[in-house]
Amino acid sequence: MYVEMKGINKNFGSYEAAKDISFRVDQGHLAALLGPSGSGKTTILRMIAGLEQQDSGDVIVDGNVVNHIPAKERGIGFVFQNYALFRHMTVFENIAFGLRVQKKGKKEIRDRVMELVELVGLEGMHKRYPHQLSGGQRQRVAFARALAPKPQLLLLDEPFAAIDAKVRKELRVWLKEMIAQVGITSLFVTHDQEEAVAVADEIMIINEGRLEQMGKPVEIYKKPKTSFVAQFIGTSAVLDDFDGFKGFEEVPKGRKAIVRPEFVEAFKNDNEKVRSLIPAAEKGVITDISFRGSTLELTLEVNGISLTTNRSLERRHVEIGEEMCVLIYRAYILEEDDTTVYKNQMLKGVDVEAL
Amino acid sequence: MREEMRDRGRQDGLSPKQGEGGGEMAFGNGDGQKSGQKGIVPILLIAVGVLFFLVMLVLPLVEVIYRSLKDGLESYMNAVTAENTIAALKVTLIAAVIALAVNTFFGLCASWLLTKFEFPGKHVLSVLIDIPFSISPVIAGLAYIMTFGRMGWATPIVEQINEWLGTDISLVFSIPGVVLATIFVTFPFVSRELIPVMQAQGSKEEEAAVMLGARGLTIFRKVTFPHIKWALLYGIILCAARAFGEFGAVYAVSKARGKTFTLPLEIDALYMAGSADSITQAFAVSSLLVALAIIILILKQIVEYCGKDNR
Amino acid sequence: MKNRQRRTRRASVIPGFGLTMGVVVAMLSLLILIPLASILAYSFRMSPGEFWELVTRPNVLQAFATSIGCAFAAAVVNCVFGLILAWILVRYDFFGKRLIDAMIELPFALPTAVAGITLSRMYSDQGAMGKFLARLGIEASYTKVGIVIALIFVGIPFVVRAIQPVLEKLPKEYEEAGMMLGASPFYVFRRVLLPELMPPLLTGFGLALARGIGEYGSVIYISGNSEREGTQVVSYVIMQKLNSGSVDYEGAAAIALVLLLISFFLLLLINVNQIAAGRRAK
Repeated sequence: MYVEMKGINKNFGSYEAAKDISFRVDQGHLAALLGPSGSGKTTILRMIAGLEQQDSGDVIVDGNVVNHIPAKERGIGFVFQNYALFRHMTVFENIAFGLRVQKKGKKEIRDRVMELVELVGLEGMHKRYPHQLSGGQRQRVAFARALAPKPQLLLLDEPFAAIDAKVRKELRVWLKEMIAQVGITSLFVTHDQEEAVAVADEIMIINEGRLEQMGKPVEIYKKPKTSFVAQFIGTSAVLDDFDGFKGFEEVPKGRKAIVRPEFVEAFKNDNEKVRSLIPAAEKGVITDISFRGSTLELTLEVNGISLTTNRSLERRHVEIGEEMCVLIYRAYILEEDDTTVYKNQMLKGVDVEAL
Repeated sequence: MREEMRDRGRQDGLSPKQGEGGGEMAFGNGDGQKSGQKGIVPILLIAVGVLFFLVMLVLPLVEVIYRSLKDGLESYMNAVTAENTIAALKVTLIAAVIALAVNTFFGLCASWLLTKFEFPGKHVLSVLIDIPFSISPVIAGLAYIMTFGRMGWATPIVEQINEWLGTDISLVFSIPGVVLATIFVTFPFVSRELIPVMQAQGSKEEEAAVMLGARGLTIFRKVTFPHIKWALLYGIILCAARAFGEFGAVYAVSKARGKTFTLPLEIDALYMAGSADSITQAFAVSSLLVALAIIILILKQIVEYCGKDNR
Repeated sequence: MKNRQRRTRRASVIPGFGLTMGVVVAMLSLLILIPLASILAYSFRMSPGEFWELVTRPNVLQAFATSIGCAFAAAVVNCVFGLILAWILVRYDFFGKRLIDAMIELPFALPTAVAGITLSRMYSDQGAMGKFLARLGIEASYTKVGIVIALIFVGIPFVVRAIQPVLEKLPKEYEEAGMMLGASPFYVFRRVLLPELMPPLLTGFGLALARGIGEYGSVIYISGNSEREGTQVVSYVIMQKLNSGSVDYEGAAAIALVLLLISFFLLLLINVNQIAAGRRAK
């Protein structure tokens, strides 16, 4: 079963929640809608579920347009941001809810619920009430409840937002495995890029109601299509005037650019191993050094611009004020709405990866 | 709109309960929020609700106005400016003002005590304070008669005090009695409004003020009061509404028309006189209290609105 | 216990404990508790036999039956309409909504005596509503129906104001979760929302019931106060015993004590209900 949106528009008064959104998530895939707060990603999810009606465009599930099918008949599982577990029902009753609605037999309900309780690892807790569970356990219940009626599509709204940072990583892995095991087509919303990258097969980046880019996590990271994506993904600061760097002579003047820490390498002037690279490198002065747990973060002033790079603790000691060779592998040059990746031309033919 | 609110809630680490809370909804501005207002059920429910509202709440008001003006404006004015009415108005105002002052003072003390300190018996105390809210007003009147009346055990004490002071104060069937009965029925009104607000506020700011060397009253004036002023005003308004209108409790301890009667008692006397004229007069006097009730409701709305911005 | 008190007292740096404790206990005792205790003391002057005889007289028992029965009926009616009113005020937008919201508390603001004489006239056979009901064969004024109507009037704000804040805070996701699992709106209401609204509904019911059982001003005009018709309420019976001519303090105190006990019992139930609800809503 696949899900597809075609030319979806949605306004709340003057606020545009979705502008001409089109995408498709294939059978068995796990996709993430990623974007900042207020970007419209939750609204998109709710339109697929039928909890919100689009102004125009089609929601297509398995080839059928479902625009006018009410939410309760779409057969889609939904996990809410705060789980919306029914407080006055036990874990068992929560999971059984969707089956009772379908008027399934007592034994059938019991078997299915217990099967799910086991699947999500809550054996022996089916008689507890939601307030007696931890955040992670509640999420498991919400997941089991959504799966109970055997939906063909699962939607999750910020599934990790209400969970402690510590447990969150653990739960991510759990959810990814669980979805793979069940084999259900899934779509989740998140504002956390790290989460999207870690969990999803495919990421859709949403900004101001527009779909900026869709693709595999690595693809999006390596080839951001728009300036928004380039800025949103990864840690990066925007440089206002990227000009006059060695190897980047082709870059038009006065352009903004993003140079990520991993695009920059700094080494001491007397480093023998990289002598061959020195023609491609600029001179820079260390203006700041901070310790980031496993690496050092160096801030260097090069051509009047501040660049950051990470440096392994195993390498030689550096000091503030020290002059270094600074090599820039690549840069994202931002245009109006587009991003172009420029590589350092002086490094052509040099085996950078061997370094 | 919706998404923004959700995201805000999420970032602050709030549950949707708080993030999407009542405030915005009460103003009814979220387009997406009132979904499902289609179809027959909502229309039916609204119709039933509005009909109930019209019949049970609006019609009585119309009735009072209609009946009070039935014999023309002149007789209306006569009834409103009758000697007994003016006397009753005075007693009503005296009782209400004193009750407001006493209960405001009590409300402030009680809410301070119950929200700033932990002590055994706290829950019991807060339930005891609420007693007058849920017992018959007639019992309030009766309680004072049993205490200070002819047969009351405290009557000799009051007489003794009167003798020492050379006064002749009686605590029942007199204006002090009316005041006491009014205080009784409105006793918890101010504290009831203050306690939840002060509880939500916590004691952090007051503790900070103490650390900065502020003394008791200064802390209250500069730190606590700005947070609770609307709730206080709200409590006072509710208290006033009840004080103006109390009937049962006052009726038990007030027997002299033209001297210790309040407006509700005067209305009762006029109505029970039974003639068509006096009944119309009763409604004329009632219209004064209806006007007062409407003013109170409007004030309440204003205070509620101001309080919302303030919190 | 003592130990804990000392510890917690020292922990609070905020001044005013002694002062406010003194003021609160003194005022509460002098103005409320001691006068109420007088009723108790007065009742104890009687022997248990006398007391029992006084409170089990047919007219007294009938008054209790009328007060409790009518208050119960009115509270039930108010639960239904209070739920509908709270629901439409929270969930729908319609013309006049703000006005209704503001006017819900009219019964708190309007003096009971004014409400009493007005309802009495409205529902008499000459009044607007009375004529309408008469055509349906219902006599309202001077019957128990009239008492119930008056108690509906005074009780409605309790129910609406108890449910409204809870309904406002109830996340919309709750219903949506039910919907996504395939349930119809009515099923969602019955199985998901109603259980959530039960505690405030019970609180509103309890408050309206407590108020209704003790109500005086709004009831006595419309009720007719006939012993034969069984339209005397308890408050009326007490008040009658205070009136000059037929003063009967013993009887008044005895009946008042029973009424007080009923009120305390209701107050207790309301508090227990709220504490239980608070524990579950975590």
